[in-house]
Amino acid sequence: MTHHILTTPVSEDQIRALGVADTVTLEQTLFGLRDATLIAMFDKDRRTKLDLRGHAVIHTAPNVRKVEVSQEAPAGYEPICIGTTTSMRMERFTRALMLREGVRVIIGKGGMGEASLSAFKEIGGVYLAIVGGAAALQTTWIEAIEAVDFDDLNPESLWHFRISGFGPLLVGMDSHGGSLFTQVQNDVRSRRDDVLAALGAED
Amino acid sequence: MDLNLKEIEDISKTLYIRALKLLPDDVKTGFDRLLRDETNDTGKAILGTMIQNVAVAERTRNLLCQDTGIPIYNVMIGRDVSFDGAALKEAIRRGCERATHDHPLRSSVVHPVTRFNEHTSCGLRVPIINFDFDEREETVDIEMIPKGSGSESGSYLKMFTPADGIKAAKGFIIDRIIESGGRVCPPTIVGVGLGGTSDLCMHLAKIAATRAIGSISADPEGAIIESQLSKAVNELGIGPQGLGGRATAFEVHVEIAATHITLVPVAVNIQCHSARRARAVITPGGIAFGV
Repeated sequence: MTHHILTTPVSEDQIRALGVADTVTLEQTLFGLRDATLIAMFDKDRRTKLDLRGHAVIHTAPNVRKVEVSQEAPAGYEPICIGTTTSMRMERFTRALMLREGVRVIIGKGGMGEASLSAFKEIGGVYLAIVGGAAALQTTWIEAIEAVDFDDLNPESLWHFRISGFGPLLVGMDSHGGSLFTQVQNDVRSRRDDVLAALGAED
Repeated sequence: MDLNLKEIEDISKTLYIRALKLLPDDVKTGFDRLLRDETNDTGKAILGTMIQNVAVAERTRNLLCQDTGIPIYNVMIGRDVSFDGAALKEAIRRGCERATHDHPLRSSVVHPVTRFNEHTSCGLRVPIINFDFDEREETVDIEMIPKGSGSESGSYLKMFTPADGIKAAKGFIIDRIIESGGRVCPPTIVGVGLGGTSDLCMHLAKIAATRAIGSISADPEGAIIESQLSKAVNELGIGPQGLGGRATAFEVHVEIAATHITLVPVAVNIQCHSARRARAVITPGGIAFGV
């Protein structure tokens, strides 16, 4: 279990060096997207002006305030509260996001499935677990909203955040086929029958 | 007592924002208890982050979670209260809209087909406003719940038969908690409805999921089942965020209603660890905010 500080964008080698249960703190740049963003990008083939190659994306739709464009708010938005959402809903987009846009890191809560795990292994990617529902804290890791694309999808736009000390995040799924979520699910399945028996509710 | 609808509008606005920012004391105490009992190092670290987040939200006066949820207002009206019902509903809706616009808050509410977002946290039949009546003299009690979607997606209903029995309902509850895993943002409050019709059963599960930690089912059989299930779920090993550990749920809550001779209806509705709620009690003496 090693702690890594990664400045985005990152290389495939940097991602391959990460293993499950390692921790990561990200610096510099982070992109935000979720359901409607990915549906627009891949089901409706909308192309973004933002360059995601080697970057990290967090599953999010932030609370923001519209403000005058300034040095502190280059996109005309000020962050209010930014956290994460349940990643599993975005499962079918992981491979396309990596192949077409070059994304290497996905951040979210609850873990992702087999399709994502095999994409991470083949292309070189990683899933970092962030604590869901801890957005007040995570907002303090975000310095500014640098840019926004697909503004019409607000709040599910494609957001470009400037970050500082974004972490620690936990490597939940790595590029070697490892998944903490699968390990826990297997453990839970092995306990199920005992729990039901104790309740007098055996199958 | 005549209800002042301008006051109701202001209260409805305030309640939405208060609910999003101030975690009730019973939930904070619940975190401390779960942390004491947690044996898994990852679980301990995650609970520590959640506790730290509550403190940061208070210090920075920020929202606890980015999910502003689907707004629910539970309005309990006592005796000798006069009001125009349609205007009361409008006042609550305007308060909800103003909270969203003035703070501002992310509007998390869209039309289910067009996905159109009015950016008011309102839409067709939303906010959800539930009215009920009780015996309190000249009292109106409004509870506001911003129900987040991660845990709302952990909603299940099954109509078992008497031959299946309560045993089948218990198995169903445990299997749905396993199926939900980390997606519902554990540690959770697992709300269970037992009995009624399908719609009442689901509503009971929501009442159960949003009850204070430490509260006990008013039905003696419900109280026994919730005590058994509360113990059982933390033996599953799901843990905080589904990453392993004891702290899968603060508690399981059970609400009961009578049902048909042919039915054993069971519903599950889950509340995430950001178990937010806020309350205002209006009497001739004034307005008291709390949980």
